[in-house]
Amino acid sequence: MLEDPVLLSRWLTFITLGFHIIMATIGVGIPIFISIAELIGIKKKDHHYILLAKRWTRGYTILVAVGVVTGTIIGFQLSLLWPSFMQSAGHVISLPLFMETFAFFFEAIFLGIYLYTWDRFKNPIFHWMLSIPIVIGSSASAFFITTVNAFMNTPRGFDLENGAFTNVQPFVAMFNPAMPSKVSHVLTTAYLTGAFILAAIAAFHLLRGKTHIYYKKALHLAMIGCFVFSVATIVNGDISGKFLAYYQPEKLAAAEWHFETTDRAKLLLGGILNEDEQEVKFGIEIPYALSILAFNRPSAEVIGLNDFPQDLWPPLYIHYFFNLMIMIGMFLAAVSFIYLVFYYFNRFNSLNPWLLRAILLGGPMAILSIEFGWILTEVGRQPWILRGYLKVAETATTSGHVFEMLILFSLLYLALGILLPVILIRLFTKKSVESEIDKHHIIL
Amino acid sequence: MIEYIGITVLWVFLYGYLIIGSIDFGAGFYSFYAKITNKKHTIRKVIDRYLSPVWEVTNVFLVFFMIGLIGFFPNTAYYYGTALLVPGSVALVLLSIRGSFYAFANYGARESNVYLFLYGATGLLIPAAFSTVLTISEGGFIIADESGVRLLLGHLFVNPYSWIVVLLAIVSVLFISASFLTYYANSAHDKEAFELMRKFTLIWGGPTILMSFLVFLTLSTHNPEHFQAMVEESWIFVLSLLSFLAALWLIYKKQQIGIAFSLVCLQFFFAFFGYGYTHLPFILYPYLTIYENITSPEMGITLIMAFIAGLFLLVPSLFLLLRLFIFDAEYVKGN
Ligand code: HDD
Ligand code: HEM
Ligand code: HEM
Repeated sequence: MLEDPVLLSRWLTFITLGFHIIMATIGVGIPIFISIAELIGIKKKDHHYILLAKRWTRGYTILVAVGVVTGTIIGFQLSLLWPSFMQSAGHVISLPLFMETFAFFFEAIFLGIYLYTWDRFKNPIFHWMLSIPIVIGSSASAFFITTVNAFMNTPRGFDLENGAFTNVQPFVAMFNPAMPSKVSHVLTTAYLTGAFILAAIAAFHLLRGKTHIYYKKALHLAMIGCFVFSVATIVNGDISGKFLAYYQPEKLAAAEWHFETTDRAKLLLGGILNEDEQEVKFGIEIPYALSILAFNRPSAEVIGLNDFPQDLWPPLYIHYFFNLMIMIGMFLAAVSFIYLVFYYFNRFNSLNPWLLRAILLGGPMAILSIEFGWILTEVGRQPWILRGYLKVAETATTSGHVFEMLILFSLLYLALGILLPVILIRLFTKKSVESEIDKHHIIL
Repeated sequence: MIEYIGITVLWVFLYGYLIIGSIDFGAGFYSFYAKITNKKHTIRKVIDRYLSPVWEVTNVFLVFFMIGLIGFFPNTAYYYGTALLVPGSVALVLLSIRGSFYAFANYGARESNVYLFLYGATGLLIPAAFSTVLTISEGGFIIADESGVRLLLGHLFVNPYSWIVVLLAIVSVLFISASFLTYYANSAHDKEAFELMRKFTLIWGGPTILMSFLVFLTLSTHNPEHFQAMVEESWIFVLSLLSFLAALWLIYKKQQIGIAFSLVCLQFFFAFFGYGYTHLPFILYPYLTIYENITSPEMGITLIMAFIAGLFLLVPSLFLLLRLFIFDAEYVKGN
């Protein structure tokens, strides 16, 4: 196993992307809330919201720094580990990759300006306006990179003749069929995750007995975001399912352990599979639900795995990741819904400790869900790296040193993974909210 | 045509990275130096004020070059990607340590000698690692045959040319950075920092030129073809030398420091473009040329259009950044 460059490259890609995606997702999710908080603060002349924006920005900056670092690694590592894939991708899908770097530029420049100009404008609205390019830049980079990933699932916009790419149409490649559902789901889940992390931080402080109104304002602002984006996530998650049923039926079938093509297909939750018999034990079955997820009709026919040659089956364990993602999605929506009900009906206490604990749990859950979702899509694409054209096994590097690199990068991520929370905690405990509110004059 | 536009755009961005990256890398080194010699208050403040707002932008230049290279010349991904796994990964780890530790030290608001040491040391190691890629592009270190593409790491280690390029990279970083910080300290009216950085500029000027000559000399045996092309276009390198002399003279005389720094930029502009121009048509000698490995015209034209559109976004934003932080006298002075 230690000699197989393909397997090792997959592991290294998995570790790098799995680490990057945490910072990347939060980096896409949080700027909107910073921007909203600052705007509310300016409009209502409420100092607490300005402080909120400042403190969120501080944490955000450190996360972005690690995001930039790991992102740079990915940019190079894709060529180092998958040279033939990047060669092909370069021919057809380099346009969004190229545009992504402009989005990074845009975001990086304005983040630099935003951070160091809190007190430089007479009218604070000018400072708020600087946050808009940050929101646009980070969401645009997520948009562009996701089109690349969508392309890997549904490659379009070229002809392959004797191994050469001809008749390349960059925009067709970029706006491929997987693009709309993927981009919208990735963006809304990033906003959702950002919101839940911010809410979880506020909930944490409230649970620890802090009572300042500042925390309640933070919690409420974030929870509204949680609710809006968890509903949006379920809606376009459902659309993603329909996309799969139509364009990548083998992935949906593998995720659902759906072997025989049938109509009135049932949705399966959990369970243990006997692969030889294709039988499932202990699973919960919801009649018609898979047909509804796939085509919106209880009677619709859903293609099963047995219609595909077995060597093109994705690994079947993605079923669990699919289940977990959906369950977390439902949990997050429920928590934010209950919070809002409690908040607007005075009969209940929206700061109920059990509710706060659930919100606190929601932060890590959202991140896990991001990881599960990506494992579902990426492993569900196996054995293809460019579905229908290139297999993973054909494109890996032939170098004999991937194992050492795997160790090297694992150590790096381990160090960063330990230092990052330590630094963040130190940063925020050193300057407590209360002391900053007292000072009333805050500079970053 | 597309291949020329493509390679020019890429080379311009690499030049941009060379200048602002050098300022950043060198500043890390000087920052560390100031700390261990207890000159903290003279240059650290100047360095921090410049670096804090711009470090992320520096990194994007590098990413841009790399993604653009794959876009315009996809086959480079295959050759360099396969050959450079080990050195590339090591460079990436260094870059990561540097970037994250800068952020930790700066925003995490805790002075730590370990962070600063890592920050300073990586500032010299990274340019050394990157310059090796230019060496490799001269040929002789990568072989491609039926069994794949391989890097002859052993050859690289015993080759005089490759070591001289590394030395040139390091002294250039120190020189460029010192000359910029001289200028910045001057605008900040920080006398002490100015004197110190001026001294460093003068100190590193000599080795920079010496190493450049040695690079010429060793290239003549390593890649005679490229050397010949350089000799034919020697006027570019003469211009580079003249800019260098003028810059050093101004800094020595303590006059027109802003122009002096521009002249340093010009010095490297001429040298870098002279080098790049005479290196053509090869991207990797003798395997990759810009003619045979350019992407399809459809993609090439789209990339160029995207690039032009991107510039409309980028140039005003960069201008704003520069105005607010580099050319704003009040900010530079620390008010
Ligand atoms: C907070 C994170 C999160 C949550 C709560 C959900 N998802 Fe999700 N999901 C993602 C985060 C995510 C993701 C990480 O963003 C993925 C991975 C790749 C992608 O396109 O989005 C994803 C992929 C993904 C796919 C695969 C798309 C493809 O391969 O093309 C489907 C079918 C769904 N999701 C469906 C759902 C449904 C029905 C949910 C119901 C609640 C749901 N997701 C909640
Ligand atoms: C959907 C998944 C991804 C999202 C949402 C995402 C988002 C981000 C974000 C927000 C940053 C920080 C950029 C900044 O603030 O300047 C970042 C950095 C980066 N990402 Fe990712 N990323 C994803 C996956 C990838 C992948 C697969 C690649 C490789 C092709 C990649 C390449 C990069 C690079 C090169 C950077 C560093 C750019 C810089 O230097 O500023 N990302 N990414
Ligand atoms: C940003 C979120 C992403 C995450 C977390 C992610 C996760 C993963 C995982 C888990 C694998 C390993 C699959 C396996 O072991 O079977 C993988 C493979 C891979 N992904 Fe993604 N992916 C992401 C986005 C992307 C994007 C946007 C690209 C395209 C530029 C990409 C390119 C690849 C490549 C080249 C492989 C290796 C081939 C393979 O094993 O399938 N990934 N990714």
